[in-house]
Amino acid sequence: VEFTKVAADPSIVNLGQGLPDISPPSYVKEELAKVAAVDRLNQYTRGFGHPSLVKALSQVYEGVCGRKIDPLTDILVTVGAYGSLFSTIQALIEEGDEVIIIEPFYDCYEPMVKMAGAKPVFIPLRCKNDGNSASSADWVLDPAELANKFNSKTKAIILNTPHNPIGKVFTREELQVIADLCIKHDTLCISDEVYEWLVYKGNKHVKIATLPGMWERTITIGSAGKTYSVTGWKLGWSIGPKNLIKHLQVVHQNTLYTCPTPLQEALAQALWIDSKRMDDPDCYFYSLSRELESKRDRMAQLLREAGLKPVVPDGGYFMIVDVSTLNVDLSDVDEEQPYDYKFVKWMITSKKLSAIPLSAFCGPETKKQFEKYIRFCFIKKDSTLDAAEVILKNWNKQTV
Amino acid sequence: TSKSFLSLPLQAKMSRPVQARRLEGVDKNIWVEFVKLAATYSKVNLGQGFPDFPAPDFLREAFTRALSGENHMLHQYTRAFGHPPLVKVLAQLFGKLLGRDLDPMTNVMVTVGAYQALFCCFQAFVDEGDEVIIIEPFFDCYESMVKMAGGTPVFIPLRLKAPKDGKLMSSADWQLDPAELASKFSERTKAIVLNSPNNPLGKVFSRGELELIADLCVKHDVLCISDEVYEWLVYDGKEHIRIASLQGMWDRTVIIGSAGKTFSVTGWKVGWTVGPDRLLQHLRTVHQNSVYHCATIAQEAVAQGFQRELMLYGKPDSYFVQLSKELQQKRDWLVQSLEAVGMKPIVPEGTYFLVADISEFKSDVPDVPSSDEPYDNRFAKWMVKNKGLAAIPLSAFYSKAHKNNYNNFIRFCFAKEEATLKAANEILQKWKKEKTSS
Repeated sequence: VEFTKVAADPSIVNLGQGLPDISPPSYVKEELAKVAAVDRLNQYTRGFGHPSLVKALSQVYEGVCGRKIDPLTDILVTVGAYGSLFSTIQALIEEGDEVIIIEPFYDCYEPMVKMAGAKPVFIPLRCKNDGNSASSADWVLDPAELANKFNSKTKAIILNTPHNPIGKVFTREELQVIADLCIKHDTLCISDEVYEWLVYKGNKHVKIATLPGMWERTITIGSAGKTYSVTGWKLGWSIGPKNLIKHLQVVHQNTLYTCPTPLQEALAQALWIDSKRMDDPDCYFYSLSRELESKRDRMAQLLREAGLKPVVPDGGYFMIVDVSTLNVDLSDVDEEQPYDYKFVKWMITSKKLSAIPLSAFCGPETKKQFEKYIRFCFIKKDSTLDAAEVILKNWNKQTV
Repeated sequence: TSKSFLSLPLQAKMSRPVQARRLEGVDKNIWVEFVKLAATYSKVNLGQGFPDFPAPDFLREAFTRALSGENHMLHQYTRAFGHPPLVKVLAQLFGKLLGRDLDPMTNVMVTVGAYQALFCCFQAFVDEGDEVIIIEPFFDCYESMVKMAGGTPVFIPLRLKAPKDGKLMSSADWQLDPAELASKFSERTKAIVLNSPNNPLGKVFSRGELELIADLCVKHDVLCISDEVYEWLVYDGKEHIRIASLQGMWDRTVIIGSAGKTFSVTGWKVGWTVGPDRLLQHLRTVHQNSVYHCATIAQEAVAQGFQRELMLYGKPDSYFVQLSKELQQKRDWLVQSLEAVGMKPIVPEGTYFLVADISEFKSDVPDVPSSDEPYDNRFAKWMVKNKGLAAIPLSAFYSKAHKNNYNNFIRFCFAKEEATLKAANEILQKWKKEKTSS
């Protein structure tokens, strides 16, 4: 909320908030336009998810997961993936529970866990190469450290792959380590996979729910906003076994009851179009990630030329950057804030470029570890990246 | 102790109780059941509250305009607490209605329907140990939301005063007993939920009745959650009075409204809260930790709808004026229709619901004294399955303890096309003939 306000100034090149400024695909916009003309689509639909949408989702995900998914019992449609996270946590987490959160983390996980009365237990991703990281794959969990975080109170672990902010795509082996612990300790897994289609060459998105023993204990969360570049539609979904999803449905019927109908219908139509061409490279699920890969590479190049050290992500549309190489002295800015907060504020004011400080994504103990990093969002149209290029090329020409 | 499950045949299922205790007692939902029944059996659906006539042209045009415009950023996140054009026009309109200067940023918050506004209120204000007064009959989610927040619902019924001989019952005949109401307030009372115009009865609380409630709120320092979603649907020249405009109430009231009910677009799920910043700040906290943003495009279109209504306020072309005139006619039509067949309607002063006494038709659905299920529930289920006419049993709107207090009433929604109401009439006429001839 804080950083969105600051970056609303149009003279600032906004690479902060995860907001595409590219257009959604035209057929997605067309489907919504068609829907506006149908009377009954302006009225309430089925609470747990519009029938044509849950059918389309089950179609897409049955293919991906290789198992039968019942549209009525195994799926809940929510207001964004945010709503799925909330419904899952309210349904399954309570006072006395511990929930493992991997740092850095999408910032809502911690307050949602706390609001449910439970205790967040943090474990950081650690850089393999002694702090010299060129790729998101360099950031890993220490298996022994992870195992130590599990105990009899651990109710769930929240997994986010592809990962925001680092862009890490967890490998099958890494997921197996987590899965083994979940099974051993009888824990749930809340798997935030909103960036599931945004994986770059050489990487594969693996669903932890498809590992043996995991379907029964995993809720997998997805997002229309990230899939189709329509964050303003605020539609997401939770997929899982009936005996878990039914509790999410109870939360849903006691919080907002039903999601908007026209948007659900339009999304269903778009999903049908793409589900029929999942073997075709033109499927939007793949074409978007190809588009973003070149933006990723361009962004990384510009940052290096400006003397910064980007961590090239294997997935997602964020990139974290080590800014310590610039040695910008902000010690005279006498706020109690971490370095990266001060850096971002300085960068917004003096360079007219915005980003998000990484310590926003950390628990209290780890803020020091991550305060030399900031996060850029690169799902931006060419003219935005052009404007960023101008700033980055001129970076060293100005005195600090 | 760590258990070694890896050596066992894969222990897939979660072996311990998995759901949070806050879900206890809130898992049943009347709508899930009755919406399914209506979808399966009904030929004429007067059950769930939604219009079957189209949304107004100007609103659908606003939606289409927003989509076709150059600005594709309407497909992206907007301001979390409400799209700026929408909160601005809501602040203008409600400022005018309340006679106050409202700040769109702090006195208004947009929600996913009025339903989510209610959720934010209960989560923000109700803690374990708090009591919340709910007036029966009530929109069913109030009770489960209070419970989910850890609070204790305290019920007080509207009591039916027999109408004068020969006159039809009116929703105005259902009243609170002042002494009884006063007795419900205790030091644990955190809030009272007011719903005026009232779903299901259609009661429009009078100034005197609101003052009674207001005095008690002030005396006991209690909050008022005022669900006013049907605020524009008042008939016979009655006035919808906003309790927040009464002495001492602005500072302790959250007003809840709904675009779905205001503009006949229940499927858009756009609602709002209006109130003082000291209360709304807590709603914002709940909102940013549960839903965060509401969908942008519908908010843009609703904003334009309100801009039009603000300009036409009070004029004959105003949708608010036209809709309530149209619905009053439909109300009168349904009243006549029900009377003609022997169902006794309670004429509603507001909303698009009507409750009717079905005692004359009880012979078709025998009572089962040993059953736990309230009679009207069985009746409504039988009616949709056998007559194809969907309605909602009044007991759905009562707490468990009081579900059998009024056994012979069902609720009809009359926000329906003429053809639908005619079809309902035909079913009822045929039913009556069958009874007379048997």
